[in-house]
Amino acid sequence: MDKSKTILDSVVIKFAGDSGDGMQLAGTLFTDTTAVLGNAIATFPDFPSEIRAPQGTVAGVSGFQIHFGSSGVHSPGDAPDVLVAMNPAALKANLHNLKPACIILVDIDSFGKKDIEKAGFTDNPLTDNTLSDYKVIEGPITSLTKAALADLGLDNKSADRCKNMFTLGMVFWLFSEPLEQTIQFFEQKFKKNPVIGQANILALKSGYNYALTIEAVKTSFTILPAKKASGTYRNITGNQATAWGFMAAAKKAGKPLFLGSYPITPATDIMHELTKHKWAGAKVFQAEDEIAGICSAIGAAFAGNIAITTTSGPGMALKTEAIGLAIMTELPIVIVNVQRGGPSTGLPTKTEQSDLMQAVWGRNGESPIVVISASTPADCFDWAFEATRIALEHMTPVILLTESYLGNGAEPWKIKTLSDLPQIKPLTLDAFDADWKPYKRDEAKLARKWVAPGIEGLQHRIGGLEKDAQTGNVSHNPQNHGVMVDIRKEKVARVANFIPDQKYKGKDAKKLLVVGWGGQFGILFGAVNDLQKEGKYIAFTHFNYINPLPKNTAEIFAKFDKILVCELNSGQFANYLRATLPQFKYEQFNKVQGLPFKISELKNKFNELLEEK
Amino acid sequence: MEAAATQCLFKPKDYASDQEVKWCPGCGDYAIINAVQKAFSELNLKKEKVAIISGIGCSSRFPYYMDTYGFHTIHGRPAAVATGVKLANPELSVWMISGDGDSLAIGGNHFIHAVRRNININLILFNNEIYGLTKGQYSPTSERGKITKSSPFGTVESPFSVGELVLGAQGQFYARVPDTDVKLMTQVIIEAEKHQGLSLVEVLQNCVIFNDKTHAEITNKENKANNQLILEHGKPMLFGENNNKGIRLNGLELEVVTIGENGITESDILVHDATTKSNVLHNMLIQMKLPEFPIAMGVIRNTEASVFDKEFTAQITNQQETSKLKSLDDLFLSGNTFTIKD
Repeated sequence: MDKSKTILDSVVIKFAGDSGDGMQLAGTLFTDTTAVLGNAIATFPDFPSEIRAPQGTVAGVSGFQIHFGSSGVHSPGDAPDVLVAMNPAALKANLHNLKPACIILVDIDSFGKKDIEKAGFTDNPLTDNTLSDYKVIEGPITSLTKAALADLGLDNKSADRCKNMFTLGMVFWLFSEPLEQTIQFFEQKFKKNPVIGQANILALKSGYNYALTIEAVKTSFTILPAKKASGTYRNITGNQATAWGFMAAAKKAGKPLFLGSYPITPATDIMHELTKHKWAGAKVFQAEDEIAGICSAIGAAFAGNIAITTTSGPGMALKTEAIGLAIMTELPIVIVNVQRGGPSTGLPTKTEQSDLMQAVWGRNGESPIVVISASTPADCFDWAFEATRIALEHMTPVILLTESYLGNGAEPWKIKTLSDLPQIKPLTLDAFDADWKPYKRDEAKLARKWVAPGIEGLQHRIGGLEKDAQTGNVSHNPQNHGVMVDIRKEKVARVANFIPDQKYKGKDAKKLLVVGWGGQFGILFGAVNDLQKEGKYIAFTHFNYINPLPKNTAEIFAKFDKILVCELNSGQFANYLRATLPQFKYEQFNKVQGLPFKISELKNKFNELLEEK
Repeated sequence: MEAAATQCLFKPKDYASDQEVKWCPGCGDYAIINAVQKAFSELNLKKEKVAIISGIGCSSRFPYYMDTYGFHTIHGRPAAVATGVKLANPELSVWMISGDGDSLAIGGNHFIHAVRRNININLILFNNEIYGLTKGQYSPTSERGKITKSSPFGTVESPFSVGELVLGAQGQFYARVPDTDVKLMTQVIIEAEKHQGLSLVEVLQNCVIFNDKTHAEITNKENKANNQLILEHGKPMLFGENNNKGIRLNGLELEVVTIGENGITESDILVHDATTKSNVLHNMLIQMKLPEFPIAMGVIRNTEASVFDKEFTAQITNQQETSKLKSLDDLFLSGNTFTIKD
């Protein structure tokens, strides 16, 4: 049956259901297919911290939002064009945030009286006027899935679990997308249990055919491939890209890679990814706690490995003292903080940028450290690589800030080859040198040499006590301490001499400069871009280097009438800028709800400032 | 190792660094560093192949006084740092120096996990039953009722028994020595290095300033023959001034007997087996307390088990030999990719 086709620039789909409904998998598989079709994509998984939160309640709703299209995909999108709601709770949780004329696909089998009440509706939203502004596709998804799988002899529970694939099949039909890749996925994944693989594939096909049969929509939608630079791409999450960036850096530095880590949401996937790659020599040590994670990394760095530790906010707090030790001993380690909502346990599965102050200043004593941040899921690769480069070439610990939003989010990555990447030159000393002293420094960088145990004649001792600036022996001399404090500060400051200049986007639009950092890049870029297209005097600069800031930062700020710092906290980067570059006035736009920005709310704020006299 | 007895690379004092030793005069730590240097010399350890990792406390200044690679880390964490060192370079001989506060209070978690994993490092625990560097507070090994600056009315908590803790954490090597017996200490340290896996040497160490003579009843010249049982693998458990007292198993209890009394002969005396897998008897020996029993000294347990760093490294080697992926470029291009052409 032919259907008429509408070509769209981009579409936002949200898959929502109980946390056991398999929405993350459905969303991921849809993403993989659209990525391979050449669409630009941005995803946003949003799920509760409980593994199986109370069924049928709004608190237990797990969501996966994907924005895909041929152009204009800078973020996972403010609100869905298509909502898949596997139960009333999933509908309720998203009802406040739908685009006009949104298509809502529901499983009517899960809209019993009790389900409706559990979700907090008084009446059935499918029969009262709640959804009158939307296009609703009702399908008896649970019962049709079971009927489709009746001949496979599965138990009730296993058959029920395939309803996410039935639903995904329907969504594929809506967007005229092929099933092949998803079918291959199940064939691979369930090689040892082919019945389950077959059941998922059958459910997928049945869903596709069902949507075709009922002509779920009159016109189906087609998204053309995005215009991207030529090359080979793959879909990648931020955490995976982070892990790969470290592996590439280790290769380019010619040293073994060591990760000491302790499981913590949302950072654990970096450890999961690296531990798969023992073939590449990755040494992954799951420590007994966060402190042992970083301390083992410090030990590995002392012994000459490229050492990293990965964590999130609460784990970062526990690592604090050990970071001070790495600063004092001037050993190269990278500490990754995949930020989540805080304080304390906070919102483990939600995104936030509220650990910036902790990263820059959160230690005892005068303890400067390099802090950098990633800005998109795919560029986590580049920033993990850069963090390692700085650590090794400047003999300093480096904190790399990413966010839950980046770590779990995915986008196409233009695949790099090792030959595309620069060599990293660690400051090692590999043979006896009579002039060497443990704290003798490189003149340009003030970095000391990296001398791992094993070299005859270079035995030396390091530690957390203050060291004599000349000999490296323990020293409690007051003047010497002052000298060492200054050296450690200056060493970090001089990293600015070895990083690129800050850039900004916008004509000589003097009116408003939007300042961002970290993982909100895509959304900020999208919002600024929209207003620039309208001809507004707005520019945008996004920071990846936090400490030290790029040397031309003040030069850029001086060009603008107003500076607006947008971040997912109460103003930490703004305050950091106030302390670092106090000659400027900083406006703030903040959001601390465990959610990323929306393009619409940013545009409102920008317009407000642009209209102000 | 074969030539060790005759041709030493270094004399004991060659392992000393040029730094002035700053322990208090009369501190038990001097005896320990002497024993370590003697043991290193007998083991023929190359200085550059040794990494000594310590935490915080009086004991932990140790690395500064040795001309090896050394790392004075932070309080309680040397086991974690040493684990990283050993995994990063398993060729190194890794030594951890720690105290009862460092390893059993603030660092208790790392301590038990290092023991459980059986990573091949040697851990010398200086047990003086007091916090010395902070000037005299009770520690996790201080006896119940101990009066210190932080317990003016006596402690109301029970101490750890180091050996029992080690065995409870699946420890495979445990030795106990007094700081007064450099010869025994040297032998035990040599055994510790030879043992594959975590080797724990508890030294009953005297803090001359804040807890002087805490082990005196065990170590005093006049008492030591009767109050110490020096265990040797394969030898009967005999002790006493006339070496005629011994340990016998009576039902499920140990008892002290005297050869020649009540028909007891040497054949009634237990023979020490440090290598038996079962830790039941090892535990009973560790639990022996004055005045009923002598204190067991020497290598109490020395058993073979899987060694963490070896298996950790073997998994990597195995994957390197068998993986289909041979380069990162292979990995990046594996799975679903798509190509955009100009």
